[in-house]
Amino acid sequence: MSDAGRPSSDAAATSTSQAELARVVREHAGRLAVSLMRVTGDFATAEDLVQDAVVKALQRWPSEGIPPRPDAWLFTVARNRGLDVLRRENNYRSKLAQVQWPVQPEPDERLRLIFTCCHPALPRPAQIALTLRVVCGLTTAQVARAFLVPETTVAQRITRAKRKITDAAIPYRDPDADELHERLGQVLAVIYLLLNEGYLSTAEQTESRDLVDDAEWLATLLHQLMPTEPEVAGLLALIRLHRARVEARFDAGGALVLLQDQDRSSWDREAITDAVRLLERAARQRRPGPYQLQAAIVACHAGVDDWDATDWEQIVLLYDMLLHLEPSPVTRLHRAIALRYRAGPRAALDELDTLADTLDHYHLFHATRAELLRALGLPDQARAADQRALRLTVNPAEQALLRQRINWG
Amino acid sequence: MKYVLLFVETEEFERDLESMSQADRDRAFELAGKWFIDNADKIRGGNKLQAAHTATTVRLDRGAEPVVTDGPFVEGKEIVSGYTEIEVADLDEALRMVRTWPGCPVVEIRPLES
Repeated sequence: MSDAGRPSSDAAATSTSQAELARVVREHAGRLAVSLMRVTGDFATAEDLVQDAVVKALQRWPSEGIPPRPDAWLFTVARNRGLDVLRRENNYRSKLAQVQWPVQPEPDERLRLIFTCCHPALPRPAQIALTLRVVCGLTTAQVARAFLVPETTVAQRITRAKRKITDAAIPYRDPDADELHERLGQVLAVIYLLLNEGYLSTAEQTESRDLVDDAEWLATLLHQLMPTEPEVAGLLALIRLHRARVEARFDAGGALVLLQDQDRSSWDREAITDAVRLLERAARQRRPGPYQLQAAIVACHAGVDDWDATDWEQIVLLYDMLLHLEPSPVTRLHRAIALRYRAGPRAALDELDTLADTLDHYHLFHATRAELLRALGLPDQARAADQRALRLTVNPAEQALLRQRINWG
Repeated sequence: MKYVLLFVETEEFERDLESMSQADRDRAFELAGKWFIDNADKIRGGNKLQAAHTATTVRLDRGAEPVVTDGPFVEGKEIVSGYTEIEVADLDEALRMVRTWPGCPVVEIRPLES
Protein backbone atom coordinates (compact mmCIF):
# COMPACT_ATOMS: atom_id res chain seq x y z
CA MET A 1 0.00 0.00 0.00
CA SER A 2 2.76 2.41 0.76
CA ASP A 3 3.91 2.00 -2.83
CA ALA A 4 0.56 3.16 -4.21
CA GLY A 5 1.14 6.88 -4.27
CA ARG A 6 -1.44 9.60 -4.57
CA PRO A 7 -1.79 10.83 -8.12
CA SER A 8 -0.60 14.40 -8.29
CA SER A 9 -2.08 17.02 -10.55
CA ASP A 10 0.72 16.28 -13.01
CA ALA A 11 -0.27 13.16 -14.93
CA ALA A 12 3.25 12.77 -16.32
CA ALA A 13 4.73 11.84 -12.94
CA THR A 14 5.57 8.20 -12.37
CA SER A 15 3.86 6.35 -9.53
CA THR A 16 7.11 6.00 -7.59
CA SER A 17 7.77 9.70 -7.61
CA GLN A 18 4.15 10.27 -6.57
CA ALA A 19 4.64 8.07 -3.52
CA GLU A 20 7.84 9.94 -2.78
CA LEU A 21 6.03 13.26 -3.19
CA ALA A 22 3.30 12.25 -0.75
CA ARG A 23 5.92 11.05 1.75
CA VAL A 24 8.06 14.19 1.55
CA VAL A 25 5.06 16.52 1.71
CA ARG A 26 3.70 14.65 4.75
CA GLU A 27 7.05 14.82 6.50
CA HIS A 28 7.11 18.61 6.21
CA ALA A 29 3.52 19.89 6.09
CA GLY A 30 2.91 19.75 9.84
CA ARG A 31 6.26 21.34 10.68
CA LEU A 32 5.56 24.10 8.16
CA ALA A 33 2.16 24.69 9.79
CA VAL A 34 3.83 24.91 13.21
CA SER A 35 6.35 27.48 11.93
CA LEU A 36 3.66 29.55 10.27
CA MET A 37 1.59 29.43 13.46
CA ARG A 38 4.56 30.87 15.31
CA VAL A 39 4.84 33.72 12.85
CA THR A 40 1.19 34.57 12.24
CA GLY A 41 -0.42 33.23 15.41
CA ASP A 42 -3.48 32.58 13.28
CA PHE A 43 -4.57 29.02 12.55
CA ALA A 44 -6.73 29.76 9.53
CA THR A 45 -3.99 31.78 7.83
CA ALA A 46 -1.32 29.17 8.57
CA GLU A 47 -3.55 26.39 7.29
CA ASP A 48 -4.26 28.25 4.05
CA LEU A 49 -0.58 28.92 3.44
CA VAL A 50 0.35 25.27 4.04
CA GLN A 51 -2.27 24.17 1.55
CA ASP A 52 -1.06 26.65 -1.07
CA ALA A 53 2.52 25.48 -0.65
CA VAL A 54 1.51 21.81 -0.87
CA VAL A 55 -0.52 22.38 -4.04
CA LYS A 56 2.38 24.27 -5.61
CA ALA A 57 4.84 21.51 -4.66
CA LEU A 58 2.61 18.87 -6.26
CA GLN A 59 2.46 20.99 -9.41
CA ARG A 60 6.16 21.67 -9.68
CA TRP A 61 8.12 18.84 -8.09
CA PRO A 62 7.12 16.14 -10.59
CA SER A 63 8.85 18.04 -13.41
CA GLU A 64 11.48 20.00 -11.46
CA GLY A 65 12.37 17.24 -9.03
CA ILE A 66 12.09 17.35 -5.25
CA PRO A 67 14.36 20.18 -4.04
CA PRO A 68 17.34 19.31 -1.79
CA ARG A 69 15.73 21.17 1.12
CA PRO A 70 11.98 20.56 0.71
CA ASP A 71 11.25 22.25 4.06
CA ALA A 72 12.98 25.48 3.04
CA TRP A 73 11.32 25.37 -0.39
CA LEU A 74 7.84 24.95 1.13
CA PHE A 75 8.50 27.67 3.67
CA THR A 76 9.67 30.15 1.04
CA VAL A 77 6.60 29.49 -1.10
CA ALA A 78 4.30 29.85 1.91
CA ARG A 79 6.07 33.01 3.03
CA ASN A 80 5.90 34.68 -0.37
CA ARG A 81 2.29 33.70 -0.72
CA GLY A 82 1.68 35.05 2.77
CA LEU A 83 3.26 38.39 1.93
CA ASP A 84 0.99 38.49 -1.08
CA VAL A 85 -2.34 37.65 0.52
CA LEU A 86 -1.66 39.52 3.73
CA ARG A 87 -0.95 42.75 1.91
CA ARG A 88 -3.56 44.58 3.95
CA GLU A 89 -2.77 42.96 7.26
CA ASN A 90 0.38 44.79 8.22
CA ASN A 91 0.84 42.97 11.45
CA TYR A 92 1.36 39.49 9.93
CA ARG A 93 3.08 40.96 6.94
CA SER A 94 5.86 42.65 8.79
CA LYS A 95 6.43 39.56 10.92
CA LEU A 96 6.49 37.28 7.89
CA ALA A 97 8.83 39.56 5.98
CA GLN A 98 11.41 39.25 8.74
CA VAL A 99 11.47 35.47 8.88
CA GLN A 100 13.79 33.29 6.87
CA TRP A 101 14.00 29.51 6.85
CA PRO A 102 15.44 27.89 8.85
CA VAL A 103 13.81 29.63 11.75
CA GLN A 104 15.29 28.86 15.15
CA PRO A 105 15.52 25.11 15.76
CA GLU A 106 12.25 24.59 17.51
CA PRO A 107 10.65 21.86 19.58
CA ASP A 108 8.23 19.62 17.73
CA GLU A 109 4.92 21.40 18.28
CA ARG A 110 2.97 19.16 15.96
CA LEU A 111 1.15 17.69 18.95
CA ARG A 112 -0.47 21.06 19.54
CA LEU A 113 -1.41 21.20 15.90
CA ILE A 114 -3.04 17.76 16.05
CA PHE A 115 -4.98 18.63 19.20
CA THR A 116 -6.29 21.82 17.62
CA CYS A 117 -7.41 19.98 14.46
CA CYS A 118 -9.17 17.37 16.59
CA HIS A 119 -10.77 19.79 19.06
CA PRO A 120 -14.04 18.37 20.42
CA ALA A 121 -15.91 21.58 19.48
CA LEU A 122 -15.40 20.66 15.80
CA PRO A 123 -17.52 18.03 14.06
CA ARG A 124 -15.75 14.74 13.35
CA PRO A 125 -15.65 15.06 9.51
CA ALA A 126 -14.00 18.47 9.93
CA GLN A 127 -11.48 17.07 12.42
CA ILE A 128 -10.54 14.43 9.86
CA ALA A 129 -10.27 16.85 6.93
CA LEU A 130 -8.24 19.38 8.94
CA THR A 131 -5.86 16.73 10.28
CA LEU A 132 -5.26 15.29 6.82
CA ARG A 133 -4.71 18.72 5.28
CA VAL A 134 -2.61 20.45 7.85
CA VAL A 135 -0.78 17.59 9.60
CA CYS A 136 -0.42 15.11 6.71
CA GLY A 137 -0.25 17.64 3.85
CA LEU A 138 -3.07 16.21 1.73
CA THR A 139 -4.83 18.51 -0.70
CA THR A 140 -8.58 19.07 -0.53
CA ALA A 141 -8.93 17.04 -3.74
CA GLN A 142 -7.02 14.10 -2.23
CA VAL A 143 -9.17 14.13 0.92
CA ALA A 144 -12.31 14.19 -1.24
CA ARG A 145 -11.16 11.27 -3.39
CA ALA A 146 -10.19 9.18 -0.36
CA PHE A 147 -13.62 9.62 1.24
CA LEU A 148 -15.56 9.51 -2.06
CA VAL A 149 -17.21 12.86 -1.37
CA PRO A 150 -17.32 15.97 -3.61
CA GLU A 151 -14.37 18.32 -3.27
CA THR A 152 -16.73 21.22 -2.51
CA THR A 153 -18.02 19.30 0.53
CA VAL A 154 -14.51 18.93 1.95
CA ALA A 155 -13.69 22.56 1.15
CA GLN A 156 -16.84 23.68 2.94
CA ARG A 157 -16.05 21.56 6.02
CA ILE A 158 -12.59 23.10 6.19
CA THR A 159 -13.87 26.64 5.77
CA ARG A 160 -16.54 26.22 8.45
CA ALA A 161 -14.10 24.59 10.87
CA LYS A 162 -11.53 27.35 10.45
CA ARG A 163 -14.19 30.00 10.89
CA LYS A 164 -15.25 28.34 14.13
CA ILE A 165 -11.65 28.07 15.36
CA THR A 166 -11.23 31.81 14.83
CA ASP A 167 -14.67 33.08 15.87
CA ALA A 168 -15.17 30.86 18.93
CA ALA A 169 -11.50 31.24 19.99
CA ILE A 170 -10.53 27.58 19.97
CA PRO A 171 -6.96 27.82 21.31
CA TYR A 172 -3.79 26.44 19.76
CA ARG A 173 -2.19 24.70 22.72
CA ASP A 174 -1.56 21.35 24.35
CA PRO A 175 -4.39 20.19 26.59
CA ASP A 176 -3.87 20.31 30.35
CA ALA A 177 -3.44 17.08 32.29
CA ASP A 178 -7.08 17.00 33.41
CA GLU A 179 -8.35 17.35 29.83
CA LEU A 180 -5.84 15.02 28.26
CA HIS A 181 -7.87 11.82 28.43
CA GLU A 182 -10.88 13.26 26.59
CA ARG A 183 -8.79 15.20 24.09
CA LEU A 184 -6.55 12.25 23.29
CA GLY A 185 -9.70 10.18 22.79
CA GLN A 186 -10.73 12.58 20.01
CA VAL A 187 -7.38 12.28 18.25
CA LEU A 188 -7.35 8.49 18.50
CA ALA A 189 -10.92 8.33 17.17
CA VAL A 190 -9.87 10.33 14.10
CA ILE A 191 -6.89 8.02 13.42
CA TYR A 192 -9.06 4.94 13.98
CA LEU A 193 -11.59 6.22 11.43
CA LEU A 194 -8.81 6.66 8.87
CA LEU A 195 -7.79 3.06 9.52
CA ASN A 196 -11.37 1.80 9.08
CA GLU A 197 -12.02 3.84 5.97
CA GLY A 198 -8.82 2.57 4.38
CA TYR A 199 -9.23 -0.98 5.65
CA LEU A 200 -12.74 -1.37 4.25
CA SER A 201 -11.90 0.08 0.86
CA THR A 202 -11.60 -2.25 -2.10
CA ALA A 203 -8.64 -3.04 -4.31
CA GLU A 204 -9.54 -0.32 -6.82
CA GLN A 205 -9.89 2.46 -4.26
CA THR A 206 -6.18 3.10 -3.84
CA GLU A 207 -6.74 6.62 -2.52
CA SER A 208 -8.83 5.29 0.34
CA ARG A 209 -6.36 2.52 1.04
CA ASP A 210 -3.63 5.14 1.38
CA LEU A 211 -5.53 6.36 4.44
CA VAL A 212 -4.17 3.34 6.33
CA ASP A 213 -0.70 4.65 5.54
CA ASP A 214 -1.67 8.08 6.88
CA ALA A 215 -3.22 6.45 9.95
CA GLU A 216 -0.01 4.55 10.68
CA TRP A 217 2.10 7.64 10.10
CA LEU A 218 -0.06 9.73 12.45
CA ALA A 219 -0.11 7.02 15.13
CA THR A 220 3.68 6.68 14.86
CA LEU A 221 4.11 10.44 15.24
CA LEU A 222 1.73 10.50 18.19
CA HIS A 223 3.57 7.58 19.79
CA GLN A 224 6.89 9.46 19.41
CA LEU A 225 5.39 12.58 20.96
CA MET A 226 3.50 10.73 23.75
CA PRO A 227 5.54 7.57 24.36
CA THR A 228 3.94 6.82 27.72
CA GLU A 229 0.31 6.74 26.56
CA PRO A 230 -0.64 3.04 26.33
CA GLU A 231 -3.71 3.63 24.15
CA VAL A 232 -1.57 5.41 21.53
CA ALA A 233 0.75 2.38 21.45
CA GLY A 234 -2.32 0.11 21.36
CA LEU A 235 -3.77 1.86 18.31
CA LEU A 236 -0.38 1.84 16.56
CA ALA A 237 -0.05 -1.90 17.24
CA LEU A 238 -3.59 -2.46 15.90
CA ILE A 239 -2.77 -0.61 12.66
CA ARG A 240 0.50 -2.50 12.21
CA LEU A 241 -1.16 -5.86 12.85
CA HIS A 242 -3.69 -5.08 10.11
CA ARG A 243 -1.05 -3.95 7.67
CA ALA A 244 1.12 -7.02 8.31
CA ARG A 245 -1.69 -9.17 6.94
CA VAL A 246 -3.04 -6.92 4.21
CA GLU A 247 -1.67 -8.95 1.28
CA ALA A 248 -3.77 -11.94 2.30
CA ARG A 249 -7.06 -10.00 2.47
CA PHE A 250 -7.60 -9.86 -1.29
CA ASP A 251 -7.04 -12.60 -3.87
CA ALA A 252 -5.37 -12.08 -7.25
CA GLY A 253 -8.67 -10.89 -8.73
CA GLY A 254 -9.20 -8.28 -6.00
CA ALA A 255 -11.89 -10.28 -4.17
CA LEU A 256 -12.11 -10.24 -0.37
CA VAL A 257 -10.73 -13.35 1.39
CA LEU A 258 -12.14 -14.19 4.83
CA LEU A 259 -9.74 -14.69 7.73
CA GLN A 260 -10.24 -18.44 7.90
CA ASP A 261 -9.42 -18.84 4.20
CA GLN A 262 -6.40 -16.53 4.13
CA ASP A 263 -2.97 -17.73 3.08
CA ARG A 264 -1.14 -17.12 6.33
CA SER A 265 2.27 -17.64 4.76
CA SER A 266 1.89 -14.21 3.14
CA TRP A 267 1.56 -12.51 6.52
CA ASP A 268 4.54 -10.40 7.53
CA ARG A 269 5.75 -12.34 10.59
CA GLU A 270 8.42 -9.83 11.54
CA ALA A 271 5.94 -6.94 11.54
CA ILE A 272 3.51 -9.01 13.61
CA THR A 273 6.22 -9.79 16.19
CA ASP A 274 7.17 -6.11 16.42
CA ALA A 275 3.54 -5.03 16.85
CA VAL A 276 2.95 -7.63 19.56
CA ARG A 277 6.06 -6.46 21.39
CA LEU A 278 4.80 -2.86 21.21
CA LEU A 279 1.46 -4.00 22.60
CA GLU A 280 3.09 -5.94 25.43
CA ARG A 281 5.13 -2.91 26.45
CA ALA A 282 1.94 -0.85 26.55
CA ALA A 283 0.09 -3.52 28.55
CA ARG A 284 2.80 -3.45 31.22
CA GLN A 285 1.50 -0.04 32.29
CA ARG A 286 -1.73 -1.73 33.38
CA ARG A 287 -3.93 0.99 31.91
CA PRO A 288 -6.05 -1.09 29.53
CA GLY A 289 -8.23 0.60 26.94
CA PRO A 290 -10.33 -0.22 23.89
CA TYR A 291 -7.48 0.11 21.38
CA GLN A 292 -5.11 -2.12 23.35
CA LEU A 293 -7.86 -4.72 23.69
CA GLN A 294 -8.75 -4.62 19.99
CA ALA A 295 -5.07 -5.00 19.14
CA ALA A 296 -4.84 -7.92 21.59
CA ILE A 297 -7.76 -9.65 19.82
CA VAL A 298 -6.14 -9.16 16.42
CA ALA A 299 -2.84 -10.38 17.91
CA CYS A 300 -4.57 -13.62 18.95
CA HIS A 301 -5.39 -14.25 15.30
CA ALA A 302 -2.08 -13.00 13.97
CA GLY A 303 -0.10 -15.13 16.40
CA VAL A 304 -1.23 -18.53 15.10
CA ASP A 305 -0.29 -20.21 11.83
CA ASP A 306 -3.52 -21.99 11.31
CA TRP A 307 -7.20 -21.19 11.85
CA ASP A 308 -7.82 -24.36 13.89
CA ALA A 309 -5.21 -23.30 16.46
CA THR A 310 -7.10 -20.06 17.27
CA ASP A 311 -7.48 -19.48 21.02
CA TRP A 312 -11.21 -18.67 21.08
CA GLU A 313 -11.37 -18.85 24.86
CA GLN A 314 -8.92 -15.97 25.10
CA ILE A 315 -10.64 -14.01 22.31
CA VAL A 316 -14.07 -14.24 23.96
CA LEU A 317 -12.47 -13.13 27.24
CA LEU A 318 -10.89 -10.10 25.55
CA TYR A 319 -14.27 -9.20 24.02
CA ASP A 320 -15.79 -9.40 27.51
CA MET A 321 -13.17 -6.93 28.76
CA LEU A 322 -13.78 -4.67 25.78
CA LEU A 323 -17.53 -4.72 26.42
CA HIS A 324 -16.92 -3.91 30.05
CA LEU A 325 -14.92 -0.79 29.10
CA GLU A 326 -17.00 0.23 26.13
CA PRO A 327 -20.37 -1.46 25.71
CA SER A 328 -21.47 -1.50 22.07
CA PRO A 329 -23.81 -3.69 20.01
CA VAL A 330 -21.18 -4.06 17.25
CA THR A 331 -18.65 -5.40 19.78
CA ARG A 332 -21.32 -7.81 21.03
CA LEU A 333 -21.80 -8.97 17.44
CA HIS A 334 -18.08 -9.68 17.13
CA ARG A 335 -18.12 -11.49 20.46
CA ALA A 336 -20.97 -13.68 19.18
CA ILE A 337 -18.87 -14.59 16.12
CA ALA A 338 -16.05 -15.73 18.42
CA LEU A 339 -18.54 -17.51 20.69
CA ARG A 340 -19.54 -19.75 17.78
CA TYR A 341 -16.13 -21.41 17.87
CA ARG A 342 -16.11 -21.79 21.63
CA ALA A 343 -19.74 -22.74 22.35
CA GLY A 344 -21.21 -23.67 18.97
CA PRO A 345 -23.41 -21.96 16.36
CA ARG A 346 -26.63 -22.33 18.38
CA ALA A 347 -25.24 -20.39 21.36
CA ALA A 348 -23.86 -17.75 19.00
CA LEU A 349 -27.20 -17.40 17.17
CA ASP A 350 -29.09 -17.02 20.45
CA GLU A 351 -26.68 -14.27 21.46
CA LEU A 352 -27.00 -12.64 18.05
CA ASP A 353 -30.79 -12.63 18.14
CA THR A 354 -30.75 -10.44 21.26
CA LEU A 355 -29.18 -7.75 19.04
CA ALA A 356 -31.88 -7.90 16.34
CA ASP A 357 -33.50 -4.60 17.34
CA THR A 358 -30.35 -2.50 17.40
CA LEU A 359 -28.44 -4.03 14.47
CA ASP A 360 -31.24 -4.71 11.99
CA HIS A 361 -29.76 -2.19 9.56
CA TYR A 362 -26.17 -3.44 9.81
CA HIS A 363 -25.11 -5.77 6.99
CA LEU A 364 -22.63 -7.75 9.12
CA PHE A 365 -25.42 -8.68 11.51
CA HIS A 366 -27.32 -10.42 8.70
CA ALA A 367 -24.18 -11.85 7.07
CA THR A 368 -23.19 -13.39 10.43
CA ARG A 369 -26.69 -14.77 10.96
CA ALA A 370 -26.48 -16.34 7.51
CA GLU A 371 -23.24 -18.11 8.39
CA LEU A 372 -24.66 -19.43 11.64
CA LEU A 373 -27.91 -20.58 10.00
CA ARG A 374 -25.88 -22.38 7.34
CA ALA A 375 -23.81 -24.07 10.06
CA LEU A 376 -27.06 -25.17 11.71
CA GLY A 377 -28.29 -26.76 8.45
CA LEU A 378 -30.84 -24.08 7.56
CA PRO A 379 -29.75 -23.02 4.02
CA ASP A 380 -33.01 -21.29 3.00
CA GLN A 381 -33.02 -18.99 6.02
CA ALA A 382 -29.29 -18.46 5.51
CA ARG A 383 -29.82 -17.33 1.92
CA ALA A 384 -32.56 -14.91 3.00
CA ALA A 385 -30.21 -13.41 5.60
CA ASP A 386 -27.41 -13.05 3.02
CA GLN A 387 -29.82 -11.29 0.68
CA ARG A 388 -30.74 -8.91 3.48
CA ALA A 389 -27.02 -8.24 4.08
CA LEU A 390 -26.43 -7.66 0.38
CA ARG A 391 -29.10 -4.96 0.27
CA LEU A 392 -27.47 -3.19 3.22
CA THR A 393 -23.82 -2.96 2.12
CA VAL A 394 -22.41 -0.57 -0.46
CA ASN A 395 -18.89 -2.03 -0.32
CA PRO A 396 -18.26 -3.80 -3.67
CA ALA A 397 -15.86 -6.40 -2.22
CA GLU A 398 -18.35 -7.39 0.46
CA GLN A 399 -21.16 -7.43 -2.09
CA ALA A 400 -19.19 -9.82 -4.30
CA LEU A 401 -18.58 -12.18 -1.39
CA LEU A 402 -22.25 -12.19 -0.39
CA ARG A 403 -23.41 -12.79 -3.98
CA GLN A 404 -21.10 -15.76 -4.18
CA ARG A 405 -22.59 -17.20 -0.98
CA ILE A 406 -26.16 -16.64 -2.17
CA ASN A 407 -25.40 -18.44 -5.43
CA TRP A 408 -23.26 -21.28 -4.08
CA GLY A 409 -23.80 -21.40 -0.34
CA MET B 1 -12.98 36.64 24.82
CA LYS B 2 -16.62 36.98 25.84
CA TYR B 3 -19.15 34.19 25.67
CA VAL B 4 -22.73 33.73 26.77
CA LEU B 5 -23.61 30.48 28.47
CA LEU B 6 -27.18 29.47 27.70
CA PHE B 7 -28.50 27.14 30.39
CA VAL B 8 -30.94 24.60 29.02
CA GLU B 9 -33.40 22.54 31.04
CA THR B 10 -35.05 19.33 29.92
CA GLU B 11 -38.45 17.93 30.94
CA GLU B 12 -36.68 15.10 32.73
CA PHE B 13 -34.53 17.52 34.72
CA GLU B 14 -37.62 19.49 35.68
CA ARG B 15 -39.41 16.32 36.83
CA ASP B 16 -36.37 15.21 38.84
CA LEU B 17 -36.19 18.58 40.52
CA GLU B 18 -39.89 18.46 41.41
CA SER B 19 -39.66 14.98 42.88
CA MET B 20 -36.80 15.98 45.22
CA SER B 21 -37.36 16.65 48.88
CA GLN B 22 -37.22 20.31 49.85
CA ALA B 23 -33.85 19.73 51.56
CA ASP B 24 -32.35 18.11 48.42
CA ARG B 25 -33.71 20.90 46.25
CA ASP B 26 -32.20 23.51 48.54
CA ARG B 27 -28.91 21.64 48.34
CA ALA B 28 -29.07 21.62 44.51
CA PHE B 29 -29.65 25.39 44.42
CA GLU B 30 -26.86 25.86 46.92
CA LEU B 31 -24.42 23.97 44.65
CA ALA B 32 -25.42 26.13 41.69
CA GLY B 33 -25.00 29.24 43.82
CA LYS B 34 -21.55 28.09 44.89
CA TRP B 35 -20.56 27.59 41.24
CA PHE B 36 -21.42 31.23 40.55
CA ILE B 37 -19.35 32.34 43.54
CA ASP B 38 -16.38 30.13 42.53
CA ASN B 39 -16.42 31.58 39.03
CA ALA B 40 -17.26 35.16 40.05
CA ASP B 41 -14.01 36.50 38.53
CA LYS B 42 -15.13 35.40 35.06
CA ILE B 43 -18.81 36.23 35.25
CA ARG B 44 -19.93 39.53 33.78
CA GLY B 45 -23.67 39.28 34.22
CA GLY B 46 -26.71 37.27 33.36
CA ASN B 47 -29.94 36.08 34.83
CA LYS B 48 -32.26 33.24 35.44
CA LEU B 49 -35.34 33.37 33.22
CA GLN B 50 -38.88 32.78 34.34
CA ALA B 51 -40.46 29.48 33.31
CA ALA B 52 -41.34 28.65 29.70
CA HIS B 53 -45.07 29.28 30.20
CA THR B 54 -44.28 32.99 30.53
CA ALA B 55 -42.66 33.21 27.08
CA THR B 56 -44.21 35.03 24.16
CA THR B 57 -42.84 34.76 20.63
CA VAL B 58 -43.27 37.26 17.79
CA ARG B 59 -42.72 36.01 14.24
CA LEU B 60 -41.99 38.76 11.75
CA ASP B 61 -41.46 36.47 8.76
CA ARG B 62 -45.00 35.18 8.36
CA GLY B 63 -46.62 37.67 5.99
CA ALA B 64 -47.41 41.32 6.37
CA GLU B 65 -48.30 41.40 10.05
CA PRO B 66 -46.12 40.15 12.90
CA VAL B 67 -47.60 36.99 14.43
CA VAL B 68 -47.65 36.84 18.20
CA THR B 69 -47.85 33.41 19.81
CA ASP B 70 -47.74 32.02 23.29
CA GLY B 71 -44.63 30.03 24.28
CA PRO B 72 -40.94 29.81 23.42
CA PHE B 73 -39.75 30.03 19.80
CA VAL B 74 -38.74 26.40 19.61
CA GLU B 75 -41.42 23.90 20.49
CA GLY B 76 -39.41 21.27 22.20
CA LYS B 77 -38.40 19.40 25.26
CA GLU B 78 -35.38 21.64 25.88
CA ILE B 79 -35.92 25.15 27.18
CA VAL B 80 -33.45 27.97 27.78
CA SER B 81 -33.77 28.75 31.48
CA GLY B 82 -31.06 31.31 32.01
CA TYR B 83 -27.95 32.97 30.62
CA THR B 84 -24.62 34.19 31.92
CA GLU B 85 -22.05 36.35 30.20
CA ILE B 86 -18.48 35.32 30.91
CA GLU B 87 -15.06 36.67 30.00
CA VAL B 88 -12.30 34.09 29.62
CA ALA B 89 -9.15 33.51 27.54
CA ASP B 90 -10.58 31.06 25.02
CA LEU B 91 -13.08 28.29 24.38
CA ASP B 92 -11.07 25.78 26.42
CA GLU B 93 -11.37 27.96 29.51
CA ALA B 94 -15.12 28.30 28.93
CA LEU B 95 -15.36 24.52 28.52
CA ARG B 96 -13.45 23.93 31.74
CA MET B 97 -15.81 26.25 33.60
CA VAL B 98 -18.93 24.63 32.14
CA ARG B 99 -17.75 21.08 32.90
CA THR B 100 -18.13 21.76 36.60
CA TRP B 101 -21.64 23.27 36.33
CA PRO B 102 -23.82 21.35 38.80
CA GLY B 103 -27.26 22.42 37.51
CA CYS B 104 -29.34 21.83 34.38
CA PRO B 105 -28.14 19.11 31.99
CA VAL B 106 -27.34 21.17 28.85
CA VAL B 107 -25.27 24.34 28.41
CA GLU B 108 -24.67 26.05 25.06
CA ILE B 109 -21.56 28.22 24.76
CA ARG B 110 -21.83 31.08 22.29
CA PRO B 111 -19.10 33.64 21.62
CA LEU B 112 -20.24 37.27 21.54
CA GLU B 113 -19.67 39.28 18.38
CA SER B 114 -17.55 41.85 20.14
